[in-house]
Amino acid sequence: MMRQKNARVLIPILSILSALLLCTLIIMMTGKDPAMIFGKMARGTLGSSYGAGQVLFRMTTLILVGLAVALPFRVRLFNIGAEGQLQMGAFSAAMAGAVLPATLSSFFAIPICILAGMLAGALWALLAGVLKVRFGVNEVISTIMLNFIAQGVTGYLLTYHFALPSTVHTAPVIAAATIPSFGLLTGWFANSPANLTSLLALTAALLFQTLLFQSRFGFEMRATGLQPEAARYGGINAGMHTLTAMALGGAAAGLGATNIVLGYKHYYEAGMTGGVGFAGIAVALLAGAHPLWLMLSALFFGLLEYGGLTVNAYIPKDIFMMIEAITILLVITFSAYGKRHQLS
Amino acid sequence: MSAALRLSGISKSFGTFVANSNISLSVEEGTIHALVGENGAGKSTLTKIIYGIERPSSGEVAVHGKTVRFASPREAIERGIGMVHQHFMLVPTLSVAENIMLGNEHAALFHPLPLKKIKALIKEHSDSYGLSVDPDALVGSLSVGEEQRVEILKLLFRNAEIMIFDEPTAILAPSECEQLFTILRALRQKGKTILFISHKLDEVLAVADRVSVMRKGEIVGTIEAASATKAELARMMVGRSVLLKVQNPPSLPAKEVLEVNNLGFRAAKGETRLSDLSFTIRAGEIYGIAGVEGNGQSELLQALWGLYPRGSSITGEARLKGEALIGKKPAEIARMGVSHIPENRLRHAVILDFPVTENLVFGRHQEATFQRGIGFNHRALEANAARMTLEYDIRCSSPDHQPLGSLSGGNQQKVVLARELNRPRISLLILAQPTRGVDIGAIETIHKKIIEARQKGVAILLISSELEEVIALSTRIGCLYKGSIRHEFSQEEVEQKKEHEGEFKNEIGLHIT
Repeated sequence: MMRQKNARVLIPILSILSALLLCTLIIMMTGKDPAMIFGKMARGTLGSSYGAGQVLFRMTTLILVGLAVALPFRVRLFNIGAEGQLQMGAFSAAMAGAVLPATLSSFFAIPICILAGMLAGALWALLAGVLKVRFGVNEVISTIMLNFIAQGVTGYLLTYHFALPSTVHTAPVIAAATIPSFGLLTGWFANSPANLTSLLALTAALLFQTLLFQSRFGFEMRATGLQPEAARYGGINAGMHTLTAMALGGAAAGLGATNIVLGYKHYYEAGMTGGVGFAGIAVALLAGAHPLWLMLSALFFGLLEYGGLTVNAYIPKDIFMMIEAITILLVITFSAYGKRHQLS
Repeated sequence: MSAALRLSGISKSFGTFVANSNISLSVEEGTIHALVGENGAGKSTLTKIIYGIERPSSGEVAVHGKTVRFASPREAIERGIGMVHQHFMLVPTLSVAENIMLGNEHAALFHPLPLKKIKALIKEHSDSYGLSVDPDALVGSLSVGEEQRVEILKLLFRNAEIMIFDEPTAILAPSECEQLFTILRALRQKGKTILFISHKLDEVLAVADRVSVMRKGEIVGTIEAASATKAELARMMVGRSVLLKVQNPPSLPAKEVLEVNNLGFRAAKGETRLSDLSFTIRAGEIYGIAGVEGNGQSELLQALWGLYPRGSSITGEARLKGEALIGKKPAEIARMGVSHIPENRLRHAVILDFPVTENLVFGRHQEATFQRGIGFNHRALEANAARMTLEYDIRCSSPDHQPLGSLSGGNQQKVVLARELNRPRISLLILAQPTRGVDIGAIETIHKKIIEARQKGVAILLISSELEEVIALSTRIGCLYKGSIRHEFSQEEVEQKKEHEGEFKNEIGLHIT
């Protein structure tokens, strides 16, 4: 028991350490001094309040898309569609915010826009759930396809209907629908995009944690994920859990839109999600699909992402993309290795 | 005679767990040597060491007097050791002949397979050992018994002299067991050496020359089968005297609980699995269903528990105290006071990764006693676990943390039994293969608890492929053949015929084949 627990913590740490080691080697191969690069990264990210805000901002989106992958993962569903769900959510939140009457108070405007984003994300994910339960379509395939469709739908609507003339973004949301940044409210993380959505992300992680591990609903969900047939024998409605897990996951991804649309850009812009939904897969896997540990892995990937930008002048960003991918590969390899040794 | 296989001082430990400790054993050439022991006694580890899957921590293995150290099964195969695994290693989409030559094709890469030669060889072996299988049949279309014969042919094809059989009868019907024993005797006749792993003592006594008993990783003794008795072996295995026959006081059935009337079951592909199946079960009696597997047992269970594959159709009726069961979902049926212990415990009755405590309420987690708010009342869960582990003798170190999968088969089954027998307002218990894969010590407890439940007035449907179990526990016995009850033994008949178990078994055997 004890050894198993240790392994669960050790494996991600070992894989991150070896990824960083590998990264050091790669930096050395590009002819740069790794100590200098890492020093610059540290100063550029957590070393300044602006940098820390940038990391927090990225971490927030990553937590939410990570949750979108993690919850379905517990029910043995691999949601590759967080990106599409985030896109649909972002577009809906932006549109809702833009069409609201300018006189509406924030008390109503903000929840309406948040819900619009979550609802769009949830419905988009639910489509994959329905295809699975009703027709047995593998959710990996359907969520990938739904990603393409989401991209097409939002792209078309933006370009041909809603983009402001000679721009690639929609009209801004009404002022009352914007979520204030920490900088404005308290002066923390001044000028950075970090906003109050971070608190919502924290709440969402806590809620998912409670749902999965403290509630009877989560008990059924986990049972369904571990042994679907046993769950059916135990009188559990497995199809219902597939649908709710997808819908809740999609809603979390849609909440990610709140961070980038309502908290930062205030409009929907082509390519604004930039593939962060796919990073959610990495975030969830590195944390073993655990809602609370997932916040740490979101922090790690947030650091890597923004850290990469700060040293862009010295090291191509591509190197940091490689590190992300290498980390995931190492996690999977290490955990597979760990499992095999536990079995024999 | 000389030793075909000799183990001296074999020990194997995994971390702090000692699976085998100082085992010395010699298997004489041309004999059937049985290795018996409860689940977890270390039989599997020992066979894995002999077959080269595991390496011993210390000790030596010698084959025909020569010390060997296998790095992989391939090396063991080269030295003439073969193994028939409990779960077959066959490719269902290939033919019998192709499966037999797989990995040993007798042809260069890119050359055609010498199928004709192989088939001739298969024919030759089939004739001399009674291993009849059609070399052209697809393995996927074979019965379990036939698949096993293909595995044996594979060993013969590789010239194995020493053959290890890991629990070969666990998946066979009684008639197939007999066939297997005939084959084993034929193999011995031709000078093959057989190591036979089992925990069924009757079989061991029937087929083996010598028996070695394992307990807690050690060999506690090796005796000649001819002079051994079942009780003696059981005592060696468990370490204390065991009641092989459960105390079964006469039952006093009351009013009808379950009525199954003209039940029919048609599978998705159209074949009829149940037809005109009718029987009743009264409160306080055990209705045993005897039958060879595949005669509709699974379908009957599916129909009664409301879980059948898409596309299958059910006709007729099943009523619990007058209320229809067919068409209801498992959760609704459970709420009516029905408990179900499915055939495949590991897949259907428990969540292996969940701790024992949670498994003790799995499927009953909607009961108000266990709830608090949106979650569980952990104190109630723990109290329940404490009571159940004590009452049902479930052996585990810490029920709140230990995953169920780490328990032995017998203790897992006790968990399921404890949970299902304590369902509130239970009136019907459906029991399928309650002691399959369960060790002797645990069987005793399980049988006792089943009788206790009957005494309390629960109606029990018992489906088991072990005829002894059906005879020992049942009040009445129905013989299931091709989807309907072909013959039913009344309470008086069962009481009477029970006295002569052997004859009764034969009589039942006539009705189920």
